[in-house]
Amino acid sequence: MSAIVEVVDAGLAVSVQDRGRTGFRNIGVPVSGALDPVLMAAANALAGNASEVAVLEVGLSGPSLKALSGTVRIGFAGEMGAQVVNTRGQVLKVAPWQTATLVPGDVIRVGGVSHGVGYVALSGGVQVPAQLGSCSTYLRAAIGGVQGRAPRVGDRLQCEAVRGDPWLEFRAQAPWHHETGPVRVILGPQEDHFTREALATFLTRPYAVTRDMDRMGLRLEGEKLAHNEKCAEIVSDGVAPGTIQVPANGQPIVLMADCQTSGGYPKIATVIRADLPRLAHLRPGDELRFVAVSHAEAAAALREQLRRLADWSGAIQTFRPPGVIDEAALYGANLICGAVRGDEWNLHGVDLTHYCGAQHV
Amino acid sequence: MTTELVHRPARLLSVGDAAWTVEFGDGIDPAIHGRVLGFSSLLDTLSNDGRLDGVVEWVPTFRSVTVHFDPLRADAMALHDLLAELADKSGSLSAAGCRWHIPVCFDADCAPDLDEVAAAKGMGREEVVRLMTETVFTVYMLGFLPGFPYLGGLPEALDMPRLATPRKVVPSRSIAIAGRMCAAYPWQSPGGWRLLGRTPVRLFDPANARRPALLAPGDELVWQAIDTDTYEALERECAAGRFDLSSLLKEGVTT
Repeated sequence: MSAIVEVVDAGLAVSVQDRGRTGFRNIGVPVSGALDPVLMAAANALAGNASEVAVLEVGLSGPSLKALSGTVRIGFAGEMGAQVVNTRGQVLKVAPWQTATLVPGDVIRVGGVSHGVGYVALSGGVQVPAQLGSCSTYLRAAIGGVQGRAPRVGDRLQCEAVRGDPWLEFRAQAPWHHETGPVRVILGPQEDHFTREALATFLTRPYAVTRDMDRMGLRLEGEKLAHNEKCAEIVSDGVAPGTIQVPANGQPIVLMADCQTSGGYPKIATVIRADLPRLAHLRPGDELRFVAVSHAEAAAALREQLRRLADWSGAIQTFRPPGVIDEAALYGANLICGAVRGDEWNLHGVDLTHYCGAQHV
Repeated sequence: MTTELVHRPARLLSVGDAAWTVEFGDGIDPAIHGRVLGFSSLLDTLSNDGRLDGVVEWVPTFRSVTVHFDPLRADAMALHDLLAELADKSGSLSAAGCRWHIPVCFDADCAPDLDEVAAAKGMGREEVVRLMTETVFTVYMLGFLPGFPYLGGLPEALDMPRLATPRKVVPSRSIAIAGRMCAAYPWQSPGGWRLLGRTPVRLFDPANARRPALLAPGDELVWQAIDTDTYEALERECAAGRFDLSSLLKEGVTT
């Protein structure tokens, strides 16, 4: 059964994204899709969805959504919190890395992302019509998303109503942490357009993130990367998200999900799939270092990431939010509140331990 | 048409852990592009037969084909060897597409760089328009933006470098030149090419699932000059979705 939520506040830099749009790069259509597909999968796992159904990607501040019909479970991944204002006017805090379930009339206000991007998954996925095979939003050409654009106030988004117990919430055992350390790249396709010194510099010196960053690319700043006699312009050839192009000024630009499909600057290297999601969380001033790896190492890193994600998703636990009487737990615990971990109460910002104590028999 | 091959072997370049670029040359040259089309066509055939497991899509450019793959479904090095072998085997294909006659307004409002180009080349603006409209351009590739065609064939007399400082905003449907290339921006975007005109025709329609991009590699294209009034009338037709794109296959219909 379907459910509907209405956008009551559009937030900032919010877009519908899924795994992206492939099959049309030969006519210049970017892949788009979630900047951090791992976190998208995490949000979907919390909401009980397949890992690549469409979600709301939050770039700056989250939207506010009101459930209109059906019971909707919402999963959050990323460093952002939310509040639910229920039909009785109560305000309940929702921590990151868990779900909140809305009944008609409830409003959820998703907060800002403390850094990078966060994901809001709705049960069953955000059901907008796929365009050219994907729901992902590509704003420049008005493809995908909500009629080619970002959600705005008054939009009604369809998803699936929660089946089963609507009073059950889900939470991760721990926040997802991306790997740290130097960003792994595979050199090429035009590493032979750079001096030997430039290649050494690229792989040893730090590069700082500038303010020029969006879904298309990330401009870095650091020691200049000099081109050799083959010069700084080539006849355009193919690029991919993660490709690091270096124009004549010697300052690298990392291409991101909405990047062009071809480009005319020499490309020194490409960030491997497993590490590209990390770049979605950088802020101006952050420093990056690069290290070259082989194709085998890159493939192993990607498989390892999938295994970690499967473990993380497998460790998602259920819990009862406060105010919901869980008869089974009460009986099972002989009606003592020690059966319930204290942090459950705190997660919701309401201290119920004294309330619980008063009920102690 | 497949021809006997006398050519340098293709180079394989890595584009990260999920793509290989099969490079046939480094210039803009019909012979190199022929090999690009020949190789792409071989990939089409193999893919239709289900023999390119793990390959997601490929992007033909002027001089290379970038093959994107899923590194969880295809082993990068095995695919490398297969693509190298196929590149050696594949032949050349001469492009045979449609010839489009596309209306362009060269009046000042639509052509902010036309006077400067004319002055730099020591010719009048009519001469620039004549060269632009007498040339039969060839679509080499689509890239950069959805439906953005890279056109070869610009006369040497109009060869100009890109702007030193790219514009922050190029109006959508601008016709532009850079070096020996011509292009049309289907979408408003930043850009460093020189703007010589504007077409009312929509070059990309995401709602047209069968052929979202009007042009395809191998197509030929002729610009047809229209005045501002005609531009505005056609623009209204196109915006309303009433314009018949197939009329562009016949010369002179729009003038």
